[in-house]
Amino acid sequence: MSDLTTLTLAGAIEGLRARRFSSVEVTAAHIAAIEAARPLNAFVLETPEKALEMAARADARLAAGEAGPLEGAPIGIKDLFCTRGVASTAGSRILENFVPPYESTVTANLWRDGAVMLGKLNMDEFAMGSSNETSAFGPVVNPWRSRASNKALSPGGSSGGSAAAVAADLVLGATATDTGGSIRQPAALTGTVGVKPTYGRCSRWGIVAFATSLDQAGPLAKSVEDAAILLRSMSGHDVKDSTSLSADVPDFPSFVGKSVKGLRVGVPMEYRVENMPAAIEALWERGVAWLKDAGCEIVEVSLPHTRYALPVYYIIAPAEASSNLARYDGIRYGLRVDGPTLRDVYEETRAAGFGEEVKRRVLIGTYVLSAGYYDAYYLKALKVRRRIADDFDEAFERVDALLTPTAPCAAFGLGERTSDPIAMYLNDIFTVTVNLAGLPAISVPGGLDASGLPLGLQVIGRALDEATIFSLAAALEKAAAFRTKPDRWWTA
Amino acid sequence: MANPSPGSFGKALMAIDADTVRKVANLARIAVEEQRLAPMAEELSGIIAWVEELAEVETSGVEPMTSVVAVALPMREDVVTDGGDAAAILANAPRTRDGFFVAPKVVE
Repeated sequence: MSDLTTLTLAGAIEGLRARRFSSVEVTAAHIAAIEAARPLNAFVLETPEKALEMAARADARLAAGEAGPLEGAPIGIKDLFCTRGVASTAGSRILENFVPPYESTVTANLWRDGAVMLGKLNMDEFAMGSSNETSAFGPVVNPWRSRASNKALSPGGSSGGSAAAVAADLVLGATATDTGGSIRQPAALTGTVGVKPTYGRCSRWGIVAFATSLDQAGPLAKSVEDAAILLRSMSGHDVKDSTSLSADVPDFPSFVGKSVKGLRVGVPMEYRVENMPAAIEALWERGVAWLKDAGCEIVEVSLPHTRYALPVYYIIAPAEASSNLARYDGIRYGLRVDGPTLRDVYEETRAAGFGEEVKRRVLIGTYVLSAGYYDAYYLKALKVRRRIADDFDEAFERVDALLTPTAPCAAFGLGERTSDPIAMYLNDIFTVTVNLAGLPAISVPGGLDASGLPLGLQVIGRALDEATIFSLAAALEKAAAFRTKPDRWWTA
Repeated sequence: MANPSPGSFGKALMAIDADTVRKVANLARIAVEEQRLAPMAEELSGIIAWVEELAEVETSGVEPMTSVVAVALPMREDVVTDGGDAAAILANAPRTRDGFFVAPKVVE
């Protein structure tokens, strides 16, 4: 039998339904791949026994003709999603021993549809990071290496474990979350496809909260079609999340391969930033040409408040985080450091349990919300956020979608950017606007740079119009014909 | 791109001093060691200096955007739908006694 880990999710689902192989066989192949790939540190917890049990049940349903849309397909779960009876750490010491007594809605939807869980994937602590280096359990290593050296590269973040696992064929797909770019930037840096859907498309219930008005779950996958299949299962209204949308979930995979002829695609001039690597500029131009060839009309548009998006984000996200992370008190769950008074327990627990970046953001958030600074920083940021959202509204009166690069650089070396927080924050320069406006966006691989590292293109759509971005991303995917995989150096 | 280049980090005016870090850390209930206060002040000042440029955006008459979801929050019946499972709620508590969380004494 050929290597079952090189299948796409769509291919595996088809083969499972045709009974060419069993879920236990596909799952066992992935368990072996995960064991061989431990140098990547993509998983914080492997759950092989649970996976094989779930696979056996999936095989029984397949035999009985009761297969769900994902029946028997083994996937990985970002460790931000609470999974019942399985440790869920959010990449933090403070939750190291936390075993949720409940299941997140998104993962429950995936199990309902027959998916099999291979384990929990590494990530930046509380999803705060763009390189996976803030994880309490060590950074993930990107399966990709530059042609020039064997230096360990970052897979991006915060969903670095999810992206690395997909790129290395350790899972058929993975869940991830995106607050400022945490799905799309790792997708770009690992040659995978990542979707941040419209805010409210996926329930946030059971996902450890970072920044409530920005957090959104989505898939990381090997292809646009696979991403569409996963998102269809993950989406849907949930009464347990008051911001969950009660909109119908379209059949996303049916929009993959649909003609994009006549669609108007905007190219925002403000995304031509200074010092952008030539390879990314060239990739963007190729993306424009590919969409023109596919029959799209390309329109130059302006999003004048783009340059304020990162500063807005670095007020709003820490403010919301400082409020959300107040729950880690050492009393109800998570780490506890004892002390003589309640205040000592709080302060010492949080000092020991949170890493440096999390502390930095909680302190910034507390500062911008504190008396005397609230209006100048927090309220101001909320107003500029409105201007950023208005920019998109105006652009979408003229175009159906926008095309941009996903990230301002290819994968960078582990340790190269940890000394300067703002340099790290600049990774999200092209992705963060979308979170502030609540829009859907997808990153799709467009090619390799001169050193052989993947680069991504981003398509941004109107709210609730994931269908159009799936069609456009599929057109780009087809034109790019990106099929390169990283060498499996980790098995050597 | 008018954002400061990465290299300018830490060279900005000190908007936040060590005393302010102590105060904010106290509000956030995070113990910060005395020797970490000054470096932390420098890091936080760099970030605050970086976000200062928002001041130049004209926002008079702009409604603050608190949510991207335009709909009014849904209301549900005010009835009990869940609960009665103290064991599950206490299962992750670092310390419990007789079905309660245990915390240090707060009233003399």
